[in-house]
Amino acid sequence: MITGAFDYHRPANLSEAIGLLSRLDSDARVIAGGHSLIPMMKLRLAMPSHLVDLAAIAELKGVRAEGDEIVIGAMTTQHEILGSELLAARAPILKEVATQIADPQVRYLGTIGGNVANGDPGNDMPGVMMALDASYVLRGPDGERRVAARDYYEGAYTTAASPGEILTAIRIEAPPAGHGWAYEKLKRKVGDYATAAAAVILTVSGGKIATCAIGLTNVADTALFAKDAAQVVIGTVADKVSLAKASAAAEAITSPAADGRGSAQYRTKMAGVMTARALSRAFARAKS
Amino acid sequence: MNAPASPSSLERAEKLQGMGCKRKRVEDVRFTQGRGNYVDDIKLPGMLHGDFHRSSHAHARILKIDTSKAKAVPGVLAVLTAEDLKGVNLAWMPTLAGDVQMVLADGKVLFQNQEIAFVVATDRYAAADGADMVEVEYEDLPVVVDPFKAMDADAPVLREDIKDKKDGAHGPRKHPNHIFNWQVGDKDLTDAAFFKAEVATKDLLVYQRVHPCPLETCQCLVSFDKIKGEITIYGTFQAPHVIRTVVALISGLPEHKIHVISPDIGGGFGNKVGAYPGYICSAVASIVTGLPVKWVEDRIENLSTTSFARDYHMTTEIAATRDGRVTGLRVHIMADHGAFDACADPSKWPAGFSNIVTGSYDFPVAHLSVDGVYTNKAPGGVAYRCSFRVTEVAYAIERAMDIMAQKLGMDPVEFRMKNFIKREQFPYQSALGWEYDSGDYHTAMQKALDATGYAELREEQKAKQEAFRRGETRQLMGVGVAFFTEIVGAGPSKNCDILGIAMFDSAEIRIHPTGRVLGRMGSKSQGQGHETTWAQIIATEIGIPADDIAIEEGNTDTAPYGLGTYGSRSTPVAGAAIAMAARKIKAKAQMIAAFMLEVHEGDLEWDVDRFRVKGNPEQFKTMSQLAWAAYNKVPPGMEPGLEAVSYYDPPNMTYPFGAYICVMDIDVDTGVHKVRRFYALDDCGTRINPMIIEGQVHGGLTEGYGIAMGQEIFYDADGNVKGASFMDYFLPTAVETPHWETDYTVTPSPHHPIGAKGVGESPNVGSVPCFANAVNDAFKFLGSTHIAMPHDAYRVWQVAENLGLHA
Amino acid sequence: MSKSNVSMKVNGKAVSAEVESRVLLIHYLRENLGVTGPHIGCETTHCGACTVDLDGKSVKSCTIFAVQAEGAEVLTIEGMAAADGKLHVLQEAFREMHGLQCGYCTPGMIVRAHRLLQENPAPTDAEIRMGISGNLCRCTGYQNIVKAIQYAAAKINGVEYKEAAE
Repeated sequence: MITGAFDYHRPANLSEAIGLLSRLDSDARVIAGGHSLIPMMKLRLAMPSHLVDLAAIAELKGVRAEGDEIVIGAMTTQHEILGSELLAARAPILKEVATQIADPQVRYLGTIGGNVANGDPGNDMPGVMMALDASYVLRGPDGERRVAARDYYEGAYTTAASPGEILTAIRIEAPPAGHGWAYEKLKRKVGDYATAAAAVILTVSGGKIATCAIGLTNVADTALFAKDAAQVVIGTVADKVSLAKASAAAEAITSPAADGRGSAQYRTKMAGVMTARALSRAFARAKS
Repeated sequence: MNAPASPSSLERAEKLQGMGCKRKRVEDVRFTQGRGNYVDDIKLPGMLHGDFHRSSHAHARILKIDTSKAKAVPGVLAVLTAEDLKGVNLAWMPTLAGDVQMVLADGKVLFQNQEIAFVVATDRYAAADGADMVEVEYEDLPVVVDPFKAMDADAPVLREDIKDKKDGAHGPRKHPNHIFNWQVGDKDLTDAAFFKAEVATKDLLVYQRVHPCPLETCQCLVSFDKIKGEITIYGTFQAPHVIRTVVALISGLPEHKIHVISPDIGGGFGNKVGAYPGYICSAVASIVTGLPVKWVEDRIENLSTTSFARDYHMTTEIAATRDGRVTGLRVHIMADHGAFDACADPSKWPAGFSNIVTGSYDFPVAHLSVDGVYTNKAPGGVAYRCSFRVTEVAYAIERAMDIMAQKLGMDPVEFRMKNFIKREQFPYQSALGWEYDSGDYHTAMQKALDATGYAELREEQKAKQEAFRRGETRQLMGVGVAFFTEIVGAGPSKNCDILGIAMFDSAEIRIHPTGRVLGRMGSKSQGQGHETTWAQIIATEIGIPADDIAIEEGNTDTAPYGLGTYGSRSTPVAGAAIAMAARKIKAKAQMIAAFMLEVHEGDLEWDVDRFRVKGNPEQFKTMSQLAWAAYNKVPPGMEPGLEAVSYYDPPNMTYPFGAYICVMDIDVDTGVHKVRRFYALDDCGTRINPMIIEGQVHGGLTEGYGIAMGQEIFYDADGNVKGASFMDYFLPTAVETPHWETDYTVTPSPHHPIGAKGVGESPNVGSVPCFANAVNDAFKFLGSTHIAMPHDAYRVWQVAENLGLHA
Repeated sequence: MSKSNVSMKVNGKAVSAEVESRVLLIHYLRENLGVTGPHIGCETTHCGACTVDLDGKSVKSCTIFAVQAEGAEVLTIEGMAAADGKLHVLQEAFREMHGLQCGYCTPGMIVRAHRLLQENPAPTDAEIRMGISGNLCRCTGYQNIVKAIQYAAAKINGVEYKEAAE
């Protein structure tokens, strides 16, 4: 229930934050919404000696359009995602995902940056970002760079971010108007991490699926970009046979942990079922 | 003699807010304003905090405990180990089940998270830091987590402290890991019935280990006053007087110098009946430091160490005729008690009231045998909203009846109706020794069938089964039925005691001169609303408005001795004491009234809130007037004052019953279920406050839903405890929790002064088998006969997988 | 720093203290300020018994350090009634509809319900259930809590409370 002791820092801007991280020992952690980190600290699974609070850094907030791109500040909360008219119009899948993350209180403070940055395989947004082909903006002592979500996750809690780098924003090329989208999440109860989940972004042309991207959640030590599963439905009408093939292709890349949610075999099968259901709903939503 | 009702009397009765009305709760005034007074709200000057260092091993010898680093943490004042407790003979404590339990690990540990050292510090943060710094060296020992292997010839001996004891508290032990064997019923006649049975079923029905999990964990604040030689203990105690007596017996402190106070309690559900190491260590720490010591367990500690519930493995056999009449019941239960038998049962009942396993059915013969064993798990078990083991055996009989119905090709309701105890058979002597007080099962069942349209549900189910076979749907529909009879209200002194104290309960009622009332009872509400309902009983009995009646519970200095609140015993026992005490007051008031009105007592009749002269109704005295008179105008020879105490020894238990029906739809491709409808009809006899009864039923059904559909505390082969945090322990939110429909019949208890039976636990007893029967019912047509709980999506999917439904 | 000065407003009253950085807001409220309405029911951020309203957001005060609440306005159950003691309509509603039994989840539940009705003044029963999905109750089975919130919503909106079939 009680964390270890730490020094608390609340930098006013990004360069101050980056400076702090370089200066302090490697046992410093940034804190965004805190709803991944603080629970771990309370169980003493994480005991950082410094916390660098990003809450006061204005440039990390806000959702805006930049031409065809949507830029989401890392400190945007799930609650703000739910309330964003821009996102509802241009990337509606994000609202469907955010609704299924945790509970109302956690959504008020939990940030999208916090959800994507640390490589927790249970988080919902990474798989979605893969489906959206989003990229993450990382800023560190050596400057700024971008890493595609599809390239960012290396293992459980291991990412392409270097020590001292802060994920400042997510950039998404908005899917075309009329695209199909769905996030299908199987869970034991509201607020739980996924037993298995699938995010689908697709477009339809002439009544058939023209493009498709699928991201899978919590069925491996990272979110998975299900390339083959998506490929298999191109040119189809998301009919039963194609969906079955897509499910099989999704199952083939999973390696879930057995835990309270079920056996590895069950979770693999559920990845397949979620993939099929997400494809089906996304197809129904799409306009040709 | 009561006067006939009149418009004025009805109006006056309504003003009383007495029995039968939906009186709004008194407790809510403070709870809705954040002014409850729970243990952790209480601060005493100089208060210290205690926290445990716990074992990471399930079974190991302790080679060394190094507390030096812990003691060096700023703020830490002391670190207690078993060696320290031995000095005051408290390293071990007696359990309510006649066993002994380590307070702190003495030479070895027997379950993961067992208490090893108690760190006492100036604040809870320092205590936590200190607990982290205790270092322990272990030598691993082989682990036993399967109760069926606990008595193998080569099983490791867990309880070395009693290994040479051939007898336990409940008779001979057949193995060092054996605790007791308990048998009841006629074995020979039962075996004969099975030998000649036309049809028989036999199934291992397992009720998995769960935990009552009240929202407030167990906690205490103990303050020893060195100068007065007195100890004050605030705690989450469902039975504060029992705690006081236990402390007196184990500490040597005189009982009149022990003050136990249960303030507001945030839910009990059986978790807070017995004594836990945290209470003992806090007391010792307070004695040692001379300062108050508070202990508050966290949630993981609660779910993994302060007892557990169930873990009953019940081999259940029914014998029947081909046309569906039951002829015998034979049950063997393997009871897994974990490392210590800390079961909170009345002392002569090591397996609780499991002999209610005959349920609502007229079994001519039956036999029950229970073996308790030790394993490397948390000690216990407690009665999680279940009256002692009633939930377990209700699950067994209701599942077994369904299984037999299936074997016979009969509808489960038809099979039950054919075997119900009939109304004219009450009071009914069961084959396992209980006298059921009253019941009308056929009426209740029929009411449930009519309310839910049962026949139409079965038709719909049949159509859906055919659609499933044709591949038109991937959903299965299940209709679950449970008709339970439970046994509550422990209990008559002839067969119920806790540590040798009979299980009566008590009420002390005092009327002040201005007609206001103070009532104190030996029960202790943890949310059941006694401050509201006890006043309603008194209001109806003596004609003073409930709003003028204050109710107090929980302070052992002022409350008359009671055995506390659990096992749905408060209404049957304390409620009866209240009625009896009120009637003593009423009898005295009648004498005063007769004296004041210059008539004989027999010339008076009672009219809601007054005595009036028969045939002369303008001549009356209200109870309020009589209260004033009691202090100055009593008949010669009578003592002044108007108060009474009653200690009520119930003549029998009570037997609430109910008919529950659940309609469930299951997605075979994910195992996810949806409860379409849940109908619960409860008969708890006389209904004191229908609003509170409905709330109790909602709450119990929700707990049962969690148990049946996902709750489990389990141990892997190495004894690592799993599921013991809210990350995994299935507590439904408002989203998962189904909508509940409640209904009732009223079959009063003939022996209870107000005919009430108690209701708090019925919904947990009846709902678990109802949900389980719904799940099982969905798969029956595909050849499945029994699916074990919990019915989480993964396990339900696995059933479908094993039946080849995913090909 | 391992100790920090923290200032905030709690139920309208300005407070400040020097606390260890690791002190959780729930402990600051309960232990330092004696505001014991919000309760602790778990250590994994699930139960919601600790819920407060912080700058117009429902927050589980067990998962935020007091120092993070620097400058914030915090509302707890103790601040729901008016200064003259008149109960908030939600407090009346919970009593009217029997939306509590042991009372332990109630402070967090009412404070959350308050914010829920700000977000959505006329919610359906399903929206209420989703809206309180971060608050666990072991006693009531939620059904009467939903009714209580509907009752309060009706009163706030000046309409007649009708018990909806769910």
